[in-house]
Parts: sequence; C-alpha cells; structure tokens
Amino acid sequence: MGKTVAQKIFDAHRIDTPTEGVNVLTLDRVFCHEITTPIAINDLVARGKDRVFDPEKIKAVIDHVTPAKDSKTAEQGKTMRDWARRHGIKDFFDIGRNGVCHAIFPEKGFVRPGFTVIMGDSHTCTHGAFGAFAAGVGTTDLEVGILKGVCTMRTPETIKVNVTGALPEGVYAKDLILTIIRELTVNGATDKVIEFAGPVIDAMSMESRMTLCNMAIEAGGTCGICYPDQVTVDYLWEFIRDEFATKEAALAEYSKWRPDADAVYAGVLEIDASRLEPVVTVNYKPDQVRTVREMAGTKIDQVYIGSCTNGRIEDLRIAAAILKGKTIHPNLRAIVSPATPKIYRQALEEGLIQIFMEAGFCVTNPTCGACLGMSNGVLAKGESCASTTNRNFNGRMGKGGMVHLMSPATAAATAIAGTITNSPFYKG
Amino acid sequence: MKNFSGKILFLDRSDINTDEIIPAKYLTELTKEALKPYCLEDLNIPGFDPKKDIAGKSVVITRANFGCGSSREHAPWVLEYNGINLVIAENFARIFRQNMFNCGLMAISLPKETIDDIFATFAKTGADCTTDTEKKTFTISNGETTKVYPFTVGEFDFELVKAGGWVDYADSKY
Repeated sequence: MGKTVAQKIFDAHRIDTPTEGVNVLTLDRVFCHEITTPIAINDLVARGKDRVFDPEKIKAVIDHVTPAKDSKTAEQGKTMRDWARRHGIKDFFDIGRNGVCHAIFPEKGFVRPGFTVIMGDSHTCTHGAFGAFAAGVGTTDLEVGILKGVCTMRTPETIKVNVTGALPEGVYAKDLILTIIRELTVNGATDKVIEFAGPVIDAMSMESRMTLCNMAIEAGGTCGICYPDQVTVDYLWEFIRDEFATKEAALAEYSKWRPDADAVYAGVLEIDASRLEPVVTVNYKPDQVRTVREMAGTKIDQVYIGSCTNGRIEDLRIAAAILKGKTIHPNLRAIVSPATPKIYRQALEEGLIQIFMEAGFCVTNPTCGACLGMSNGVLAKGESCASTTNRNFNGRMGKGGMVHLMSPATAAATAIAGTITNSPFYKG
Repeated sequence: MKNFSGKILFLDRSDINTDEIIPAKYLTELTKEALKPYCLEDLNIPGFDPKKDIAGKSVVITRANFGCGSSREHAPWVLEYNGINLVIAENFARIFRQNMFNCGLMAISLPKETIDDIFATFAKTGADCTTDTEKKTFTISNGETTKVYPFTVGEFDFELVKAGGWVDYADSKY
C-alpha cells in the first residue's frame, strides 16, 4: 500500500509506538517564540531540567509583542534572551533582527523537505509548504521537544486537495485557502494532514504555498503539505548548495518526500480554480466565507496587511501595485507590517514602503501583534478590520471587534474605497 | 490522579475556540495562576456570564470541536486553575486535546447522540458528574434523574493522566 507524505516522514522519524496509533517522533526542528516558550523554560528550571536537546536544532524569536510594550512582555523577552544565551542557541532573533516566526524561519532556510518541526504556535503548519511535517503544539509538548527532541503524534490520516485549472487574474492563494476551508469546515480536517496538489499548486511560489499551508489549522488540520519540487529547490538553493552538487541532485533527493501514486487518502477534495473569485470571511469562524461581491459595501474601520499568512514580499508587492498613486479612504486607518526585516528592506528598496506611506498607511516593524489583538493595531468595540491575517474569532483583534479575512489585493482595494471591494486586478 | 467529578458547566455551542477560553491579551502572564480570573472571558454564548457561571463547576460538557484555534496551553491551564479538570464533548481540536492529557487532565469524546441526550436531560436543571476512572463511566445526576454513560480513553492518554503529565513520562523514557 502506498504512503502519503506524512506517513513517509513518520516512518523515518518514529522511535517508539507506546500504543497503537501513537507515535513518538524525533524532531529536526523545535521553533520557539516568547509567548508560549517562557513558561516551558521556567518549568524546566523548576524541575531541575534546564537543558536543551540540541542548540543547533532549536530556533527562537521574539515576535508576538516586539518591542516589548510593558513589564510583562519585557520579562517574556528577557526569559527567552537569557535562555538562548545560556544554552548557546545561535539562531535567536532579537529586536531589530526579528520577524514573524513562520516568515523568518523559512526565509533563513531552516525547514527542509522531510523534516519534522514543532512549535508552540498553531500556525506551525505553514512549514509543510516545504514538504515537511510541521505541527503546532502546546507548551508541554514544546517543553519535551526542547528537552528531549521528541514529540508524540497520533497517526494522522490525510486529505488530498487537488486544485486544477488556473487561478483567474486577481484571485490569490488566500482566496483559494478560504474557499477550501469553507468546503472542509472548521472541523473538517481535525487530526488530519492536508496535502495540496495539482497544477495550480505546482505553479505557485513558495510564498503562496506558505499562505495555503498556514491556514490548514483553520480547518482543524494538523499540517498542510505541498510536494517538494523545483520551486522548493530554487527557494532553498542558497542554503543547500553545499549539500548537493547540483539542483537536480537536490530535487532527486527531496522527491522521496512526495506521496506514492497509490497512497491512501481519507478523502479527496477537487477544486477547479478557474471558477474561484475573491472571497472574505463574515462573522466569527474562518469557514464563514462569502464572495467579495456579496460583501461589497461593508464599512471598514481599519485595514491590516501583514502576519504569517500574508506579510511576505509577494503580498506587499500586490498591495502596493493597487495603492500606487492612491490614498486611503479618510474614514479608515491602515497598517502594513512587513513580516521580516529582509522583507522590510526589500520593500524599501523596491519603493513599496514609500507607496504605502504616501497612501496613508502606518508602517510597523515586523510583529504578530495586531493579528491576535496584543499590540500594534488592536480594535475597539464595534470596529471592523479588513485583514490579511488568519483568524476572525470573536475578540481576536480586540474585544468586540469584527475581523474580515481577505487577500492583500482585496485589503488594499478596500483601504482606498473605505468599504469591502474587489481589487482592480479582478476582472470577473 | 486529579479530580474528575463535580458540578457541570454546560456550554451549548460548537467550535468554542481557545481565544474565547483565554484571550490573547492575557498570554503575557508568566504564571498559570495569574490567568484564573479571565477564564472564558470572551465566550460568545448569549446569557453566559463568566463571572457567575464558572464558580463551583468542575466538569465542562459541550458540543463539537472544542478548543479549536490557537495552540495556547493557557486554555487547559485556565480551566484547571478554575477547578475544571475534565471536558466532555463530541470531539476536540487536536492541539487542545493533546494539551489536556499532557497536563494530566482529561478531554473525553462521546457520540453526538449521547451529548444530545445529556443536554436534553440535564442542561436546564444543572447536574453533577461522578467519574469512575476504573470502570470508565460518567454518572450524571440532577437528584431526580440519574444516567450512566460509558466512555473510552486511549491507553497512552490514560498513562499520561496517571503520570500527571508528559514531561516526566518522556524524560524517564527517551
């Protein structure tokens, strides 16, 4: 019987099966941020087990509230900083060099096809875009990952989403994943891995693949996975050129992390991308999705472009192309947060930051802050936000606020119009 | 093992997410105890008042996909520090469920029909749940009506409950 990508990765990392259906896996990467890690660190210290399994495999960042906004967040940062120094964790990204975890870790080449990755963050599923198994975990799993380099996972089934046709102009990965979540529902992929396949995915950049995999969790999925291919190799090449003589050799090696032709799936969802149009969420669940046309005219108080879903250079380019020479509507304010310093610098060099500023955007440093209502763009009661983030839960960006999830293109067009509207790139 | 019996808090909604259980703005707390006052603060159920409805409750019974969203283990912690060590639901989001057992708490799934029956029989009157971890039964009673519901729990999950969590288990074994 053929194997899915997750089955192959599990087979290569399994060191124990305590009971049937439960796997103890070795970890290639343990990622850490300052919200979920400090309590794990403090617990290890309290237990007299202040150790790390391998400082090379642990990568850490301060990203959720940065720079610190108060004494408590300063303490969280200090706990991370002291811990990273104490254990020789070289890849620790502090203020000035820090970015949103699921943007900066891939950018540094830390994730490779076939890897196992955990982090105390539900959007860790993003890294499956590289053909890896990457899963969000809680602080206790993270703590054991830090200490022992292992994690338990129940054997997941896999749903395959086969995307055929071609995305129409002005329709993006964000529109595709929101449409997929609407089909699967918020509970439809719980305890399952989602493989994204088909010609539309093959044609996508790594950035777009990360946008897709990032939101697998919003359907309950453990991990979203794209198959490693030439696009993956090209993206990683600067980091792997010492390992492989040629790109062909890298591709040949990584291709073993593609599924077998006779792999068994829990379900297959067929999507004809040619029939898609731009969409947004309504209400408080990410599967409550409507077309932009249906939601057109909805008044917006704040536009937010950023996050681990859509704060990458590709996203900023699309938004800036729409905003160029325009100004935002006087009845709203708009914020853009490049997801990493590299993206920020690229955006500066390409003139995108100037476009955002001339349009009236506030440009913030890279941070997760606004997405989860912690800092840098919290909503007031009764306000609504057109946001390129990933969650529209009740209170997510601020108590009593409403979040409409959408693509950077729709967000940029909405910023100009003042109400939800389709981007000029969409001709449907 | 922790206590898994007591008065029931009925939460009659599916897809209750971890932002509702403990809003992100409290994730800057550095101790689990400090989370206690904010339990279910943003829960979107008409008529629910976290200031009145949580006190004295030890068991949550709810619908489908409980604990979806963020990976924050602060969700199980805030329940535990409010005396709630057991959540019974149709099913759970993966990370929340794993976090519960990793902390030595229990997240038990029952079939939809059973959950429907429990809500229909007991939600209006209020009820107590007595959990027998040997026989694997919940005995739910409101004084007038008493019903016994069998449950199953994975062997490994129950090992974690008995061990009090995953850290010591893993450190001794791997």
